[in-house]
Amino acid sequence: MSGHSSFESNNAIVKWIEYRLPIFSFIHSSAVVYPTPKNLNYWWNMGSLAGVMLVLQIVTGIILAMHYTPHADLAFASTEHIMRDVNYGWLLRYMHANGGSMFFIVVYIHILRGMYYGSYKAPREILWWMGIIIFILMMATAFMGYVLPWGQMSFWGATVITSLFSAVPIVGDSIVTFLWGGYSVDQPTLNRFYSLHYLMPFVIFGVVFVHLWALHHHGSNNPLGIDRKGPQDSIPFHPYYTVKDLYGMGVFGTIFAVVLFFAPNYMGHPDNYIPANPLVTPAHIVPEWYFLPFYAILRAIPDKLFGVVAMFGSLLILFVLPWLDTSKVRSARFRPVYKMLFWAFFIDCLVLGYIGGKPPEGIFIVAGRLATALYFLFFLVLPFIGWFERPKKLPDSISTAVLDSGGGGAPDGAAAKAEDRG
Amino acid sequence: MADSTGGDGHDPSRRDFLYVAAGGLGVVGVAGAVWPMIDQMNPSQDVLALSSIEVDLSGIEEGQSITVSWRGKPVFIRHRTAAEISEAADVSMADLPDPESDAARAEKPEWLILVGVCTHLGCVPLGQQGEYNGWFCPCHGSHYDTSGRIRKGPAPLNLPVPDYVYLDDNNIKIG
Repeated sequence: MSGHSSFESNNAIVKWIEYRLPIFSFIHSSAVVYPTPKNLNYWWNMGSLAGVMLVLQIVTGIILAMHYTPHADLAFASTEHIMRDVNYGWLLRYMHANGGSMFFIVVYIHILRGMYYGSYKAPREILWWMGIIIFILMMATAFMGYVLPWGQMSFWGATVITSLFSAVPIVGDSIVTFLWGGYSVDQPTLNRFYSLHYLMPFVIFGVVFVHLWALHHHGSNNPLGIDRKGPQDSIPFHPYYTVKDLYGMGVFGTIFAVVLFFAPNYMGHPDNYIPANPLVTPAHIVPEWYFLPFYAILRAIPDKLFGVVAMFGSLLILFVLPWLDTSKVRSARFRPVYKMLFWAFFIDCLVLGYIGGKPPEGIFIVAGRLATALYFLFFLVLPFIGWFERPKKLPDSISTAVLDSGGGGAPDGAAAKAEDRG
Repeated sequence: MADSTGGDGHDPSRRDFLYVAAGGLGVVGVAGAVWPMIDQMNPSQDVLALSSIEVDLSGIEEGQSITVSWRGKPVFIRHRTAAEISEAADVSMADLPDPESDAARAEKPEWLILVGVCTHLGCVPLGQQGEYNGWFCPCHGSHYDTSGRIRKGPAPLNLPVPDYVYLDDNNIKIG
């Protein structure tokens, strides 16, 4: 939907460059006049916020790399050197560590928004895939980054997560030895994790570009989930959404700053301020909070191989979501059954996250298995919902819906008609 | 929709003020956020803490030199001979590209203390070599005399004398 550009300039230098590299018209068509649905709500702020967080992580990460030493004997000390000696090192490291968490919060909301409003449906399946690839790359990047301070949680997290691959039949142990570059997590592991942790964000950046390319081809979905039918349904990206995004960034930045300055270790684990000791495991190993739901699924299955399969499956199943969801109606606003199912799924994810942070004993084992079953049940019943659910009547266009209800709300009470279901 | 400012917001200068105030605050905020990212490249606290050293001179015989490391750079400490001292003192200021008296460069004439970094492009000169029996830089051929002053070659300035104090007769503190 970036479409043709109406860009014109009288500046000779701009014209000279534009003739050779049409960068000004590209920016103009994709970020200024770019037609955007006029009814986007604040849940649509998360995309640009995620982009900002990616850039912030790259910038602070490059800075930390100037002071960090990727060596088993020096990594922990160099991290403390950053905290104590480097000018503003404490700020930059806390910004990077908490920035990772804030990035995941934004991305989780972004994914859930896509699920609620059916943004993964045709013609945005590849856009959705790129998003999942970014998410998986983020998890790999975050995991390897957490290893770098070389504290106890770093070391044992690295040991546990790399050992997941030992569940692979026959070649499992060889894979783990390969990942470690030795017989245990040690200097070779740390050094390669450092190298890859530096590389991955740039890979993510590339996939983000493809993500945006796909996005701009058909344009954003919207809270109504219906296609735009003409220019009356769109407004230019600038100034309307640049201002809205900036306002959202201000609110988000305030929350970030509160965490950064008043609770910088709230989302961390105190054991990671103990230098790595390959001979002693901490009493209670937990990953960072953003991995907890998946960690709970891993522990819920009382079989090594199937636990690992279930954990990776819980991620990979997102790839087929566009086909598991058989309804042609995108937005949950018009899908009463899906809406309930979505919120049940959301609560289930929170429950899984809670259980993932608890020791695997007593009631938590039973609850973890139940919540894991419900997680997959969501994807199992989804195809059938599309068949029997009777969606509410969709508005004729974005424009009429926005003008009629004054806020873009769903026309509640409208008689459900069967014509819109798939 | 065309004019939704409402109320008494008809004065265009009010909107201009808001633009400038918001933009100005934004610039201050961004500058404040960027400064830590720049300042982190300045020397860290542990580097600053190591920026002075103490040296014991008692073991250096007349005619001997030692090289010590200070702030990552070589510092030459030379116990000069009487001949070198008189040679350095007798030079006419007119012959010096960077005029400086030997007395101003050595608090006690027998002890010459120099930062051993050529003022041309940063190489370490070799001691007791060159046409003036002082230091000679092998990189681009700068000759320094027995007071470490530039006499010939591309270097523009004398070898610098670091700040130092005598703690007692045999100990100095550099930096």
